[in-house]
Amino acid sequence: MKQIQLRQVSKSFGDVEVIPPLDLEIEDGEFVVFVGPSGCGKSTLLRLIAGLEDVTSGQVLIDGADATAIPPARRGLAMVFQSYALYPHMSVRRNIAFPLRMAGLDRAEQERRVDEAAKVLNLTEYLDRRPGQLSGGQRQRVAIGRAIVREPTAFLFDEPLSNLDAALRVGMRLEISELHKRLSTTMIYVTHDQVEAMTMADKIVVLQHGVIEQVGSPMELYRAPRNTFVAGFIGSPRMNLLEGAEAARHKAHTIGIRPEHIAISTRKGDWQGVVGVSEHLGSDTFFHINCPDFAAPLTVRADGELDLSYGSTVFLTPDLLHLHRFDDNGLRLT
Amino acid sequence: MATQHSQSVARMMMAPAVILLLGWMLVPLTMTLFFSFKKYLPLRGGDLGWVGFENYVRFVSSSSFWPAVATTLIIVGGVLAITVLLGIALALLLDQPMWGQGVVRILVIAPFFVMPTVSGLVWKNMFMDPVNGFFAHLWRFFGAEPIQWLSQASMPSLVMIVSWQWLPFATLILLTAIQSLDTEQLEAAEMDGARPLGRFWFIILPHLARAITVVILIQTIFLLSIFAEIFVTTAGAFGTKTLTYLIFQRVLESQNVGLGSAGGVYAIILANIVAVFLLRVVGKNLDA
Repeated sequence: MKQIQLRQVSKSFGDVEVIPPLDLEIEDGEFVVFVGPSGCGKSTLLRLIAGLEDVTSGQVLIDGADATAIPPARRGLAMVFQSYALYPHMSVRRNIAFPLRMAGLDRAEQERRVDEAAKVLNLTEYLDRRPGQLSGGQRQRVAIGRAIVREPTAFLFDEPLSNLDAALRVGMRLEISELHKRLSTTMIYVTHDQVEAMTMADKIVVLQHGVIEQVGSPMELYRAPRNTFVAGFIGSPRMNLLEGAEAARHKAHTIGIRPEHIAISTRKGDWQGVVGVSEHLGSDTFFHINCPDFAAPLTVRADGELDLSYGSTVFLTPDLLHLHRFDDNGLRLT
Repeated sequence: MATQHSQSVARMMMAPAVILLLGWMLVPLTMTLFFSFKKYLPLRGGDLGWVGFENYVRFVSSSSFWPAVATTLIIVGGVLAITVLLGIALALLLDQPMWGQGVVRILVIAPFFVMPTVSGLVWKNMFMDPVNGFFAHLWRFFGAEPIQWLSQASMPSLVMIVSWQWLPFATLILLTAIQSLDTEQLEAAEMDGARPLGRFWFIILPHLARAITVVILIQTIFLLSIFAEIFVTTAGAFGTKTLTYLIFQRVLESQNVGLGSAGGVYAIILANIVAVFLLRVVGKNLDA
């Protein structure tokens, strides 16, 4: 029973309400990702859970006990920061041992736990280096190591991969997921990258302006976005959101269709358009198609081998099974 | 080719500055060395010829020499200790968000703008005067006998005056260093269970190491040669004669340029010993 509960938690900085009262439950062992555009309050929410910010109103419950007034160190949570926040003047060993040292563990136990964490994270040969002598990925692992040794109730990650290059990010993403499977400890992960959210999460919390737009598993969010914001945010490339006559034909204010649910043909189809820029990824190709019926160009996924020249005329057919309909408030119609 | 050209051009361009600096340093140094081997009494016969190492022997064997060295080191050490410790405390305090931060910070720097002569006189006449000084009034208010600061506690007084002057410098440098500390590090330490004192000891203080080193090195350079504060307060009496002041007395009061020059050479040696010692102790903080 190590769940984290937020009850009517809100946060204001002065007169500005960053997070209106919200409720959220995080089950034991879950990998929860807070995702949203920058400035949506996801980091603030994480810091409220960590205790680095005080809640303006409401309660934070950890293991069913009210932790709202408990200082961060005693909440049993460990946090990995965006800048890693390693202590530059300490060796990797002393960095990882720092929380244990602060907890007053004896030296032998400290050594044992540090060695264990180093083994898990492949840091054994770097233990005597300074953070400044490590690469970005290694620093990230040290930061995770410093979190692991405390054997916390939950791990909090604040955009931990945003300072890494693309290739390393994919690698670390796997390592963190792997770590979660192995430790099966609750993890709360903040990111603005929906790909990270989709690939890692058991449960995604989509936030906008401090408001939870939708909570659910990655596939739930992908299949049935509750509103146009979630529809546009989850999935890459973005879902095509169309308004006007075509939407009205489906009895909706807005319709959404993902690039992968549109068939492309040079001979016949429902919509006619002109090929714009095409992005070749090898396995897939994304075409931006300008249709006279719609204001914005449509993004369409096609097989990587399909080659259409710029300016040629094509026909598109949406897969009606995967058509999403939204009303004039942006809410999903069923 | 191009690099060779640009290198020689660069050398030519830098030459005037280098020559000027070299001359600036070498001419006085050579003249000091030159005079230190002469018996030269401007008002009593002028240049009386070469005397070998006689000036050096006389300067060291004077009863004032070792006390002067000791006084110099005590003042340097005392002022360094006070300014660094109080500087850290003040910097921590000024780093806290507060109302009127800008004004307070300017006020803190203010003593640094007061000329040493002026601050020496202000302290001597307005604070430390045994009859009318502020401290005398304060002591009397509590029914105590006022201290005759500059005679009874001459060294502490002097250290206090000089510390007051140099505290702003230390505070300013340390404050900028504290402000450059990544707040996420402090938050990480907080999450890791470090209490405020632990955060100071394990995170802030190590972060300040380099700034403290800079403060110590720069202040030492200036403190080894303080003069005005002594001149206007005790004029070297009551055991406040530093090496600098002793040289001044030899050259101007005794009108013995040769002897003073020999003292100058000793001052250079002392400064170098202190410099080597400091670089050994704190210099490693400047690496990396």
